[in-house]
Amino acid sequence: MLLLVLGLTLLFLLSLASITVGSRGLPLATVADAFFSFDPARNEHLLLRHLRLPRALLAVVVGGALGMAGAVMQALTRNPLADPGLLGVNAGATLAIVVAIAAWGITDMSDYMWFGLLGAAVAGAAVYLLGGVRSGLNPVRLVLAGAALSVVLLALTQIITVNSDEVIFDQFRHWAVGSLQGRSYDVLVPAAILILITLGCGLVLCRALDALSLGDDVAKALGVSPRRVWCACAAVVIILSGVATAAVGPVSFIGLAAPHLARLWVGPEHRRLLPLSMLISALLMLSADTLGRMVAHPDEVGVGIMVALIGGPFFVVLVRRWRLVRP
Amino acid sequence: MNHGRYRVWHWRSWSVRYAPPALLLAALLMVLLLVMAAYGLTVGSMRVPLADVVAIVMGHDESGLSARIVLDIRLPRILAAIFVGAALGVSGAIFQSISRNPLGSPDLIGFTTGAATGALTLILFFSPSVLQITLAATVGGLATALIVYLFALKGGGGGYRLILIGLGVGSTLSAVNGLLLVRGDLDDALWANIWLAGSLNGRTWSQVWPLMLGVVVLVPVVCFGARALTLLEMGDDIARQLGVPTERLRLGMIMCAVILAALATGTAGPIAFIALAAPQLSRSLLPGVALPVLCSACMGAGLLLLADLLIQALPLAVSVPVGRMTGIVGGLYLLWLLTRQR
Repeated sequence: MLLLVLGLTLLFLLSLASITVGSRGLPLATVADAFFSFDPARNEHLLLRHLRLPRALLAVVVGGALGMAGAVMQALTRNPLADPGLLGVNAGATLAIVVAIAAWGITDMSDYMWFGLLGAAVAGAAVYLLGGVRSGLNPVRLVLAGAALSVVLLALTQIITVNSDEVIFDQFRHWAVGSLQGRSYDVLVPAAILILITLGCGLVLCRALDALSLGDDVAKALGVSPRRVWCACAAVVIILSGVATAAVGPVSFIGLAAPHLARLWVGPEHRRLLPLSMLISALLMLSADTLGRMVAHPDEVGVGIMVALIGGPFFVVLVRRWRLVRP
Repeated sequence: MNHGRYRVWHWRSWSVRYAPPALLLAALLMVLLLVMAAYGLTVGSMRVPLADVVAIVMGHDESGLSARIVLDIRLPRILAAIFVGAALGVSGAIFQSISRNPLGSPDLIGFTTGAATGALTLILFFSPSVLQITLAATVGGLATALIVYLFALKGGGGGYRLILIGLGVGSTLSAVNGLLLVRGDLDDALWANIWLAGSLNGRTWSQVWPLMLGVVVLVPVVCFGARALTLLEMGDDIARQLGVPTERLRLGMIMCAVILAALATGTAGPIAFIALAAPQLSRSLLPGVALPVLCSACMGAGLLLLADLLIQALPLAVSVPVGRMTGIVGGLYLLWLLTRQR
């Protein structure tokens, strides 16, 4: 509990810091003014309310989504290496957005979001059916279906970018690295609603997940239907990672690393693991975004790149230090 | 002693163990390869009759337009397809054996991403020749593999630790690649994107020679080590008891696999799925044969050549890079396999 309060305080402070940092630094006093005595005539206030604030909120929401998706995915597949990106939803969103750019010349972030959602939903449904989620518990099959579908969809994406105009590739390459740049309320609001509802459903599943981690037979004895939990969890992971990708582009690694970090503190019990994993991954996302704006000032480095640049070496150290190795 | 499906051939104090079904399959695949190669040499925007092709390849007709087309354009491309496929097939077979995982492939240890980093750096910062890109990709892949191996060396967790470290290094490098693509000049980024798609278009002899040399030298070495590698699959302890130098063998075999994959990726760019599918197919066609190296090589060569001929023959309005064609076909094949396993 203390940990949670501490984390939330940290998250709040970090959000404040993230709001003040950017191509134009803003002092905290201006931030306070913008919220308590808003003056629509002042540029700084508009900037804060319509660009910086939705951006920070989106980072927190998407981070939370990825954290839960990763933790549930690892519980579901009983594989500490499972990343929600494996399920093919990232590739589905990517293909849909490339098609949107190439066929209709769409450039608007909120339109990207809807196309991304559509693509992620179709790919997610395909993985759900092909992976045989309804016919029984088989994590390997689910992951295999996701990986195979990803390869096909990404190949199609590349064929489109190779064959189309250079302007199209230029737009696409900026989306494909994952970034929070230019996302405002018309991305934040729909993404936040979908994610918050799904997060709620995910938290309800905590106890069932704990029961399931004792094995199918014990779970049944405790009155939990493994099959139903499995269906619900798969749906939660697919929706969360799909919405996250549609909103900010493919961001890998957070979903993989945050649950590992959370487990170091609170152990494998999902009732504690899920909230902490969400919190940690929101913190990571927010700090990666803030750092990305600081290192390339006044320009910025996309959050997807920053996350992997920091997370990759960190993961290597983790593997070397702790005995994650299970032969 | 029961050798299963193996036979042993003795000569004085030397003996060689071989599996007749594997040899038969390899021979069959080689015949298929020859037929496809011959077909590939005759078709294209200008048709050259088979009789002429034979005369040209035998060296009876060295002048003339059709001779130039066959010798300088089609033959290098077809040889590149064959040897890239063979290299990837063998490399995949080794990785699947070492990681004891049917999904093992050189990509797992961040290899392809590293090769791409090498190529992208060169493309975006210097304007290199095609040969220099080949070299940079090869060096990038080798360097990545070396880094991953050195990191994984401590404590020795066998193949599993190697894969985990590879995953971490690979995703860091893919972030670097993303950064390079976004930051680079648009024209250079477009060029890089085409390289990343993997293609056999316009390969020249100077790119094919090093690859051919590598395959011809390394594949027999791997064939020789295959038996010990099979023992390693039973676990390090048992293998050591049976007299296998486990660490040395693993290092040597990984090196062979990485060099083969590096040469292949350098020549053609990243090619999806051959490294995964070729050993799998050979194994499923040869139940009871432990590690079909030669068959995997022939199978990889056959698959890639087939894919390359297909994209040239298909009446498509768009250009499909062969590296993506293999991805689409392979991915759909895997999905089809999954839906059948109820």
